[in-house]
Amino acid sequence: MAGRTRIRIPYHPYHPYSYNTRKKGARGVLRLVVRRLLQLIPTLLGLSVLLFLWLNRLPGGPASAILGERATEAEVARINRALGLDQPLHVQYGRFLKRIVELDLGTSTQTGQPVWDEFVLRFPATVELSLAAILIAVAVGIPLGYLAARRRGGWLDVAAVSGSLVGICIPVFFLALILKGVFAVNLGLFPTFGRLTTGVDATSVTGFAVLDGVLTGEFDASWDAVMHLVLPALALSSIPLAVIVRMTRASVLEVLGEDYVRTAESKGLERRTVRGRHILRNALLPVVTAVGLLTGSLLSGAVLTESVFSFGGIGSFIRTAIDARDYPVLVGFIMFIAMVYVLINLLVDLAYSVIDPRVRVH
Amino acid sequence: MPLLDVDELTVTFGGRGRRADRGRDRDRKPTEAAGPTEAAGPAEDTSVRAAGPAGPAEDTSVRAAGPAGPAGGNAVRAVNGVSFSVDEGQVVGLVGESGCGKSVTSLALMGLLPRKGATLGGRADFEGADLLAMGPRRIRDLRGSKLAMIFQDPLSSLNPVVPIGVQVTEILKRHRGMKGEAARKEAAQLLDRVGIPDPDRRLREYPHQLSGGMRQRALIAMAVACAPRLLIADEPTTALDVTIQAQILELLKELVDQEGTALLMITHDLGVVAGLCDQVNVLYAGKVVESSGRRELFAHPTHPYTHGLLGSIPRLDAPRGEPLNPIRGSINDQIAWADGCAFAPRCDRYEMGCLTGTPELTEPREAGHQARCVNPVLATTEVPA
Repeated sequence: MAGRTRIRIPYHPYHPYSYNTRKKGARGVLRLVVRRLLQLIPTLLGLSVLLFLWLNRLPGGPASAILGERATEAEVARINRALGLDQPLHVQYGRFLKRIVELDLGTSTQTGQPVWDEFVLRFPATVELSLAAILIAVAVGIPLGYLAARRRGGWLDVAAVSGSLVGICIPVFFLALILKGVFAVNLGLFPTFGRLTTGVDATSVTGFAVLDGVLTGEFDASWDAVMHLVLPALALSSIPLAVIVRMTRASVLEVLGEDYVRTAESKGLERRTVRGRHILRNALLPVVTAVGLLTGSLLSGAVLTESVFSFGGIGSFIRTAIDARDYPVLVGFIMFIAMVYVLINLLVDLAYSVIDPRVRVH
Repeated sequence: MPLLDVDELTVTFGGRGRRADRGRDRDRKPTEAAGPTEAAGPAEDTSVRAAGPAGPAEDTSVRAAGPAGPAGGNAVRAVNGVSFSVDEGQVVGLVGESGCGKSVTSLALMGLLPRKGATLGGRADFEGADLLAMGPRRIRDLRGSKLAMIFQDPLSSLNPVVPIGVQVTEILKRHRGMKGEAARKEAAQLLDRVGIPDPDRRLREYPHQLSGGMRQRALIAMAVACAPRLLIADEPTTALDVTIQAQILELLKELVDQEGTALLMITHDLGVVAGLCDQVNVLYAGKVVESSGRRELFAHPTHPYTHGLLGSIPRLDAPRGEPLNPIRGSINDQIAWADGCAFAPRCDRYEMGCLTGTPELTEPREAGHQARCVNPVLATTEVPA
């Protein structure tokens, strides 16, 4: 329209209309994505500064971790010089930044291998396990929470609520041990450890065992990987499942009391239309946020489950890295997890803008 | 035969469920047992939440509750034997203050009360079939097609995350089997018919992008989408400002005249009644206390409650500083009709005779005028103020 000035609302992260993706369609979504990815840079920079300061203040260091308690001053100094730790902090940080730009995370002081290679070797297992766990939690938790709310006070509701309390209370490693003992050792239904049965001929493409099997057409390898995933994923899903059940239940209960659900019923709509379009679509908004945060926490929290099933993920590697003061590994890992959180939050925001036209960003 | 014939409708909350085998639910509080429709309910909720002593100890009109009859120490009888009828194309008012059972009556007719926790009694014949005894599937087919309802708060009554267009077309798809572009066109026509400008744009918008009056118009469009035989309007103008109120009432009147739809108007606003209704039923504490044609009611209110309602309307031509004439006290659902007139404690014409059993409706006089009072206001008495 000629002569009409377009009013631009300046960007503000908490203003609900500052990126109304609906109005601008695909371009609006793209702008949101680009903006959020650019936000990653200052986030990661800030985090890296904090990390450098914190790690420097930790007692001990890689030198004493490598040499043990009886190391002489001279030996410690030699190691520190070799690792560049004798330099002032800002110089170390500058070197780190320079390497980062070149996508070089440094070399692990523990193994002598590049940190990047170590991650590529171990992260897929953790990601696969976490995704499987969150899938189970979502697939079971949302229907269960919905049914519990619809049959409030019934046996299913009581079972779901008390069951989710138990799920939150039981330590994950304990549950993992029980599952392994019963279903793997006693009943022999599932393998007891690892990601693939030794001897299964599997080609590694992406490092994600299930996906690799599908990509290369080795479906038996895929199936084998799935069987290996079941028990650890079940154990790991216990807490997210409990959280999702409770959140869905509470949220559905709230929505059931809304006038628009009564309006939908008064229109005589099919039960599934009322359920999907009018109840769940509104009730799942807070659940989406929770699922995002839970996914992030699983990635960094799968350590114990991984060790019970010898799953070979990133968890045990990080634990030893902490013991060994393996700075490059720790910094790389924490930065990576931070990045994952930011990306998941971006996905959550995108999901919100799809579900809710008002784009509630809080 | 009238289109809708409600006979001795009773609704009890917190007693036994509709089915006798739901007995274990009886000890739960009404609010817990109640589901979607009631929890968000309008002002009438107060009568439901306050768990008072049981209503009349026995009432043969409660069917389906099993031989034990209504039970539960915390049961509340929100509607206590309401009878009225609506003829084809007639506009009938259901009038009363908050908590008298208006909304519960309408929800009961629509089958929107929670299955658990609400016990229904009496009959409500709609085109010859009892709405109260109907299975959930059958009444679901009726709702939205032959029986439609408009609610009082248009913003909260529309789904915030679904475009208006979808909310209108879904009812066309469900009851008229329309699809895709045809349904969209029909929806645009409906919006146009209820006076929403630029309907094609509005169909794509969300409730928060519409004004209050437009939202109510959209709700009305949904309600009349399938040309219902009976339209129940539950205080459709409460949340709107006065100019919009008038427009909405005008629209309802127009639709009713054009389609021959019968309208059950639920309101506390006697102005709405005066402007719209052919027949008026005044409700108090879950019972009809006066029933009459509109002119007759406003000319000669017989029941002291109706009299008080009319007298409590402030008048613009009253001298400055003139006190208002409210009905003293407030509605109380703990007063049982069984012992006498529930309005007696607030009544200026109260006498000992008021407390000997439930007063019956008097024999109909002209325009079917009936009142439930042993000491009615004489026709010669001036309405105060």
